[in-house]
Amino acid sequence: MKVTVDQDKCIASGQCVLLAPEVFDQRDEDGVVVLRDAEPPTELNDVVGEAAQVCPSMAISVEE
Amino acid sequence: MPDTHVPAYPMQRDCPFDPPPELSRLRAERPVSRVLLWDGSHPWLITEYADQRAVLGDRRFSADVRKPGYPHVTAASAARRRHSRSFISMDEPEHGRYRRMLTSTFRIKRVEELRPRIQRIVDGLIDDMLAAGPPTDLVSAFALPVPSLVICELLGVPYADHDFFQRCSRVIINSTTEPEQAVATSDELRAYLTNLLDQKNAAPEDDLLSRLVVEQLRTGEMTRSQIADMAVLLLIAGHETTANMIALGTLALLHHPDQLAELRATDDPKLIASAVEELLRYLNIVHSGRRRVATEDVEIGGQLIRAGEGVIVATDSGNRDEKVFPDPDTLDIHREARRHVAFGYGVHQCLGQPLARVELQVVYGTLYRRIPTLRPAAGLAEIPFKHDMLVYGVHELPVTWEDSR
Repeated sequence: MKVTVDQDKCIASGQCVLLAPEVFDQRDEDGVVVLRDAEPPTELNDVVGEAAQVCPSMAISVEE
Repeated sequence: MPDTHVPAYPMQRDCPFDPPPELSRLRAERPVSRVLLWDGSHPWLITEYADQRAVLGDRRFSADVRKPGYPHVTAASAARRRHSRSFISMDEPEHGRYRRMLTSTFRIKRVEELRPRIQRIVDGLIDDMLAAGPPTDLVSAFALPVPSLVICELLGVPYADHDFFQRCSRVIINSTTEPEQAVATSDELRAYLTNLLDQKNAAPEDDLLSRLVVEQLRTGEMTRSQIADMAVLLLIAGHETTANMIALGTLALLHHPDQLAELRATDDPKLIASAVEELLRYLNIVHSGRRRVATEDVEIGGQLIRAGEGVIVATDSGNRDEKVFPDPDTLDIHREARRHVAFGYGVHQCLGQPLARVELQVVYGTLYRRIPTLRPAAGLAEIPFKHDMLVYGVHELPVTWEDSR
């Protein structure tokens, strides 16, 4: 799985960090998403998919 | 113009825990349909989850209350929000610019650092309840003080003034308030916060209002009155919503004893977090809909919505959409409920949601364990539900327990 994030779209709701802290983090200064792991292990596919699904600003893209 | 009977919005509830049944009927029969508002206008009501995310995620739908066609909640809300405009009523890029001044404070890690302090606040209020003995009103003894104390510490507002700002807040979100009174009360609260900002400017402390003064006021990024408008929004949103989730959530759990027993027995943070998401979905306390106005012609759910037409997204209906949440009217704390739209969706989704989650996790994970015999001291018919408020909940919640003092 390949993950990309769009920092311009991000509104810092933090839901991705709650779901998959191994993959997503937030910038200290404004809470905007930071990608920690662009190719996470397969056991995280479900939570990363859910993070993309619940993201309110559609800032997370996932490629199988 | 509408071709069939147009139902009035908002609609009446039958059951205090469920959205109005008319919403389910519309969701099944005509998920994008016209409704009649207080001012005689006919905005579109969106009742299906997928359509709701489509609207709230689409920047062609504006949150700007000054635009013609915006479907105002009440005359008072229209007057107040035209008079004092915060980022909740702005579109991009203006909205994002102001929101990002605040998002650092609501980062997951930052909010997690507050958890021990929130736990101490919750434990302290429960100690006081137990010491005073039953019965008590859970709203005034616990549900309101918890988020009020937390947001006061975060913003740097003296909690000693809580009678004043809680009264202002109640007037502002009461749907029967007259426009003049709403504007006057809003001004009163803004004057109080402006004075506080001046104090912070003279001697900044370690709180959000001080940070806004130092980073935005002193640099000329924002004016005093803009920061005061922002502070009004944060103060009201910071305690009204969570307080209602605590009291109404507790009442809902007391009426679902099997779910309550499970929550009381667990120390699994994942189950507690899951219960929080499910109660957010099930109760959806922001029951007056998220409101937008189309800036271009857009098709939603096969219906053409024209530029200038108002749209109301009834998230209480979306959160009961059977296509997304099977058996939607059942409260099930094990359910995968995180997709709910109780915090809204799109760029305006609730700024304070990480804080609300931690507060509710601490409350739901503590209150029923520490007072295991907690029960209502009044029947549902005697409890004053907030049908008259823009945020749903209970005005009072009489509770009792086995006194072991």
